Amino acid sequence: MLIAILAIAALAVVMGVLLGYSALRFRVEGDPVADQIEAVLPQTQCAQCGYPGCRPYAEAVAKDDEAINKCVPGGEAVMLALADLLGRDPGEAGGIVEKPKCVAVIDDNECIGCTLCLQACPVDAIMGAAKQLHGIIASECTGCELCLKPCPVECIHMRPIETTVRTWKWPFPASQPARPTETLPQAKAA
Amino acid sequence: MTGVVVSSPHSARVNRVDGVMLQVILALIPGILAMTWLFGWGLLINMALAVTFAVAAEALVLRLRGRPALPVLSDLSAVVTAMLLAIAIPPILPWWLTLIGVLFAIVVVKQLYGGLGYNPFNPAMAAYVFLLISWPVAMTTWLPPHMLADQALSFMDSLRAIFLGVAPGGNWDAVTAATPLGEMRNQLGQNRMIEEIRQSPLWGDFGGRGWEWVGNWFLLGGLYLLWKRIITWHIPVAFIAGLLVIAGMFWALDPQTHPFPAFHLFSGGAILGAFFIATDPVTACTTKKGQLIFGAAIGALVFVIRTWGGYPDAVAFAVLLMNIAAPTIDYYTQPRVYGHPGAGK
Amino acid sequence: MQATQPRFKSRQLWQFHGGIHVPDQKAVSNAGKVQPTPCPKILILPLQQHIGAPANPVVKVGDRVLKGQVIAEPRGYVCAPVHASSSGTVIAIEDRPVPHPSGLSAPCVVIETDGQEAWVDLPEPLTDYESLDPAVLRERIRACGVVGMGGASFPTSVKLNPGKDHQIHTLVVNGAECEPYITCDDLLMRERSGDVLQGIRILLHLLGARQCLIGIEDNKPEAIESMRLARAESDIRDRVEIVVIPTLYPSGGEKQLIKVLTGREVPSHGIPAQIGVVCQNVGTTAAVADAVLRGRPLIERYVTVTGRGVAKPCNLNVRVGTPAADLIAQCGGLRRNLRKLVCGGPMMGFEIDNQAIPITKAANCLLALTPAESPDPGPALPCIRCGRCADACPASLLPQQLYWYARAKDLDRVQDYNLFDCIECGCCAHVCPSHIPLVQYYRYAKTESWAREQEKKKADHAKARHAAKLERQERQERERQAKLRSRKEAAKEKPATQGQAAHVVDDPKKAAIEAARQRAAAKKAALAEEGVIPKNTEDLAAAQQQQVAAAQARRRAAGLREPEAKAGPEARDTDQTHQPPQTKATGPKAETASEEQA
Repeated sequence: MLIAILAIAALAVVMGVLLGYSALRFRVEGDPVADQIEAVLPQTQCAQCGYPGCRPYAEAVAKDDEAINKCVPGGEAVMLALADLLGRDPGEAGGIVEKPKCVAVIDDNECIGCTLCLQACPVDAIMGAAKQLHGIIASECTGCELCLKPCPVECIHMRPIETTVRTWKWPFPASQPARPTETLPQAKAA
Repeated sequence: MTGVVVSSPHSARVNRVDGVMLQVILALIPGILAMTWLFGWGLLINMALAVTFAVAAEALVLRLRGRPALPVLSDLSAVVTAMLLAIAIPPILPWWLTLIGVLFAIVVVKQLYGGLGYNPFNPAMAAYVFLLISWPVAMTTWLPPHMLADQALSFMDSLRAIFLGVAPGGNWDAVTAATPLGEMRNQLGQNRMIEEIRQSPLWGDFGGRGWEWVGNWFLLGGLYLLWKRIITWHIPVAFIAGLLVIAGMFWALDPQTHPFPAFHLFSGGAILGAFFIATDPVTACTTKKGQLIFGAAIGALVFVIRTWGGYPDAVAFAVLLMNIAAPTIDYYTQPRVYGHPGAGK
Repeated sequence: MQATQPRFKSRQLWQFHGGIHVPDQKAVSNAGKVQPTPCPKILILPLQQHIGAPANPVVKVGDRVLKGQVIAEPRGYVCAPVHASSSGTVIAIEDRPVPHPSGLSAPCVVIETDGQEAWVDLPEPLTDYESLDPAVLRERIRACGVVGMGGASFPTSVKLNPGKDHQIHTLVVNGAECEPYITCDDLLMRERSGDVLQGIRILLHLLGARQCLIGIEDNKPEAIESMRLARAESDIRDRVEIVVIPTLYPSGGEKQLIKVLTGREVPSHGIPAQIGVVCQNVGTTAAVADAVLRGRPLIERYVTVTGRGVAKPCNLNVRVGTPAADLIAQCGGLRRNLRKLVCGGPMMGFEIDNQAIPITKAANCLLALTPAESPDPGPALPCIRCGRCADACPASLLPQQLYWYARAKDLDRVQDYNLFDCIECGCCAHVCPSHIPLVQYYRYAKTESWAREQEKKKADHAKARHAAKLERQERQERERQAKLRSRKEAAKEKPATQGQAAHVVDDPKKAAIEAARQRAAAKKAALAEEGVIPKNTEDLAAAQQQQVAAAQARRRAAGLREPEAKAGPEARDTDQTHQPPQTKATGPKAETASEEQA
């Protein structure tokens, strides 16, 4: 009996020493997990997750075990990718409302050239200067919506990006059967 | 675009799950008839019980899962599971043991894992093993084939045996007998030589008398399945080859302590296993090379467990063991994709 | 594997893995000859009828165009021009529904025909092409808008330019037409075998290939006979071989046909040119002959209208751009028991809703299916892991694994199982007992993967821009601090030079404004010396002045002060002097605005 106790105690001491040494010897500086998480995020810097940018959210997920379904532009894809990366449960996809991708558009007739939106844009996608008409560079706009609030005349609105033949995606197969058999294709004249 | 976008192909599908299951049921019929002729009504009664219990159990579980029951039940997979289990159990097994077995197979092994297609283990075999190790006496109480029986069981006798547990004439020992595999084990355990053992009237041409014909009739069913392309040749041939090769090796080394290889093939559930159980698509390997390895390993394991293991028949254990290995075997036997470097061009 | 008919010269054939035997349904439409079509009232010509970038229109609404006239020029290398299929007037250049599984619209040139079929002056025939540089021939093929007519519509001139690295020894001509119901290539080989041989002759010269193998499935005996006769009369008969291959779907797939005829496999993610082979459809080959020998652009093609859902199935010679409704009408209209209308074949085609869509260069079939021909597969059952899909796959993939991971939306694992080697032939879904829509899962996975790649690129780009913005802000902050420091030091050294300087020391913000104003004034003066008047707010048109006045009015209404300086990043720093809006803006916004400015 005594031998058993001594043996287990000795094992525990040996393991503890090994672990402690490893913790010191193989310590990793910085936070590689946060970097990996940030690489997955869509970089819109929109703050819709509640954090002021993608990097702070990544660090929160890495350090504070923040929920991984908070990224709105990333949607389900990002949530699944984070779940895969971190080995966590994907959580409810229902928490994420998949919004269609949008770009911001400034109404030319309302813009007063105040430059407030210019400063708000995290990717400098708004061109213009004080007292000059502001314009959004559509190809650079990430749809983060940070410019909507600062505008004093509410002249910015979001316009969904239209799907074209080139950007259309096949839908995930539905579980219900295909068209009902009784509908005939309608002959729509040009 | 109005309606749901549906992709090609727009052709008529040529296969159906219930069609596949129906062919399997048809292929089992010759073997069932043979067993009924040899062992009496017990098998048919058990089969009717098992099928009823299985369908009811599946309907109940689907209800609990909130899924529509009819589409799932109509794919006939529960019926096939029940029939295979009924064939594997002794013909006079009490009805409540059949019920427990079926419940285990359908509810635990199949539905709790997600239903058809998601179970890692063969439900009929897992249930058989569960019953075998929990109620070993009842599960090893077999009847002799009618040509060897002193007293064959009538229909009423079988009903009474199954539902009331009453032995005809009050004495189970008078009616029951060991299976050829069980008998062979016992005799070899008593250090008898094969020559000697085979003198007994229990033995037929290459297996137990009567019992060997069960194997033949199931073989007919298996060939039917091959012809109809319900199964491919890979698993049955590999199983038989695996079993015969290793049995042959040991028989060649010592013919007096190891029976002739054909004995192994035509005893117990070997033929049934080769064509109906190991070929269960859900739990077997899917790649062709994988299927060969899978079948051969089961065949070899059957011999090993029969010869040195704790139970007389080994098909169920062998199948379950290889079910565990099936995904790994699939992973390592992926075919070379067109255009990728590898063997040949 | 030996050829099955002993009559034909036996030649070694290889087999590809899998494939399925499907009832070929050729008899529905392969009797009779190809019917001509009347000139349709309108022609709808999509600007993109090929793989690559859409072409640029070179006509305007109201222009009169002639038959064969170029109406859209190619943009970039992988592109093809579009020609008018008949004479008439351009009535619109706008988005119209096009043949695409999405049913969406794309830019098209719409021509109202005048019925005269007046031809444009065609380029001269290059009958003496053997003395010409292949580049000249390729240019002619490109200028005539020839694209792959077997369905892929890859610009032919690009395909025929494999580059110096690839030595082409074999031209494979694809006359297999393995998909059920479609018979347009069959009829083309029967009726225009001479043109096909002419095209082969041109292509052999162009590619410098040794031999040509024409693969035809053995369910087309008339076509085989016709091609044999044409070959016997041709002077290249020693280099051309007609190879009869067993009927098996999808032996007409480019990769599969090359394997059957040559025994070699096209490398994954590669092109046949890498193994010295170029494959062309018979229709494309005939179009090449038209382009080179007759200067005719690709403006018409054979289309099969078939299926038991149409009254009179047949093959038609159709002008590109003809609305599908016209073809259906010519074939007697659709029957009442129609279940679906498909553009293409039953295995790889897509369903269409709208009969106004035009026939493009790649559209080879309109298929009207009855419920008996295309029954509803019903809801998908769970996968029973039977492996029939893997047995049938001509690319030796594991469709089951692709299915599991595509269903789980695990796109990385799907690609590990070689998703992009899938040719979407439909064999797997055809044999699946559970009726799982396998091909749709793979198409979903492919398009989703591409979309994610694009989004990743956008995300990386946005990240870089964001980093650049932060860097810019830091830099401006540093410069501002540096300027303040230097100004402070300058003020210390010269304590009482100018009243303005002392004033400036007190208020660093005002100093910056002052400095900017001085710079602007200096700039203006300098420009004035050169005689240039800055265009910003002087010299405006009346309308512009009105707009400026309106903007200023709005600005005042919003309660903002006039900004002090003009363009430049420095100006944005001085925006800190703006007072937050007091009147028009609502409370929370004002707070947010001031937070933004802080």
